[in-house]
Amino acid sequence: MKSLNDITGSVKKNLIWKSIFRRDYRNTVRDRAQAVFGNVFLHLHPVQVRESAVKLRFTWGMGGITFFAFIILVITGVVLMFYYHPSIDQAYTDIKDLEFQVPFGVILRNLHRWGAHFMVIVVMIHMFRVFMTGSYKAPRQFNWGIGVILLVMTFLLSFTGYLTPWDQLGFWAITVGTNMGAATPLLGYQGPFSEYLHITPYNDVRFALLGGAQVGGNALLRSYIWHCVAIPLFATILMFVHFWRVRKDGGISKPQK
Amino acid sequence: MQDEKELVTEQQEEIISRETSEGGQAESSDRRKFLTRLGWGSLAGFLAINSAAFLRFFYPRVLFEPPSQFKVGLPADYPPGQVNSQYQREFGTWIIRLQDGAFFAMETKCTHLGCTPSWMDAQKKFKCPCHGSGYYITGLNFEGPAPRPMDRFKISIAEDGQLLVDKTIKFPGVPGKESNELYPQSLLRV
Repeated sequence: MKSLNDITGSVKKNLIWKSIFRRDYRNTVRDRAQAVFGNVFLHLHPVQVRESAVKLRFTWGMGGITFFAFIILVITGVVLMFYYHPSIDQAYTDIKDLEFQVPFGVILRNLHRWGAHFMVIVVMIHMFRVFMTGSYKAPRQFNWGIGVILLVMTFLLSFTGYLTPWDQLGFWAITVGTNMGAATPLLGYQGPFSEYLHITPYNDVRFALLGGAQVGGNALLRSYIWHCVAIPLFATILMFVHFWRVRKDGGISKPQK
Repeated sequence: MQDEKELVTEQQEEIISRETSEGGQAESSDRRKFLTRLGWGSLAGFLAINSAAFLRFFYPRVLFEPPSQFKVGLPADYPPGQVNSQYQREFGTWIIRLQDGAFFAMETKCTHLGCTPSWMDAQKKFKCPCHGSGYYITGLNFEGPAPRPMDRFKISIAEDGQLLVDKTIKFPGVPGKESNELYPQSLLRV
């Protein structure tokens, strides 16, 4: 009868194990640091943080919770894509299908929907905390700027996802939202000076957003692609920069003495 | 220390003077600078043209949307004093015949934020479901946040006697002005 230590010992001598984990792990300060350095996902994170910087009363943990919400949204979003057709004939009935027929569909859809609301709220609380603790000040101005763009990305993800069920709520939200684009100076056909600049409903920013002059199939497809591919891609790149800069700018800001 | 510093500067001066006097080094560095600029410049140009193409890509040439000119039947089909919503869904247009028999075509778009108002026949008014704007049958706004009357399209008689709506010719509502008086040409009398 082999003991557990014998089994783990023989597993760790295995060539496959050794190819994945390059070195043996002993619970020492050095090995704990090595585990972070040697892992592609963890190495964005600092090896050590100040005890005062992880006080929940100061940080509220809102940035991390925002990232957690984003991960939930990516996972549930990708799974939902397996049952959803971005076409005006099928979109609404696909959502009904997910809600009533697809196994676990209703919990997936609601996780995605509530998770989205949650992320918008939490990201704003994160911004509030950073502002109130003065953590946007030098040397963190650049990362504050990145954060503002990430906030806009969150809002855009929320807005583009709104149309995907192709219901009355989403349809009119996109109608009103893109009409605001149409009323933007120099960009939209209803904005000031549009007559002199020959901006028409067929060449303004609303036309590019909708893929046409009215909210239809092209608009649904475009908002779907912005929602599922383009904005998440851009936001993920910015998130890497954001987390990296937290570390490079001296770690999470800590309470002043 | 003083001597060492001078020694270094003398050496540097010698190198600099050799480079400039002999010409070979200086010429190759000029060429290198030029080629570097050419390389980066062509990359920047390539990316600029690609960005322009990318932007243009979002403006389709052909639209699979209903035509902007369409026929809506014979004038005799329309009783006076009624709003016809038959073409609302597909063409975004109401065909309206006033009590005096005059026709006009109006865009089904609230001038507040672009929702579609509904014609309330009992109250003889258009009511927008989004934010409560109200309009008279002529399109003149009288309640809610709408800033101006609704827009009209050109309506005329086609060769076959049918009414013809042309959405490319628009009579935009002006705040506080009755479009019947402002645009007599938007009215069609048969």
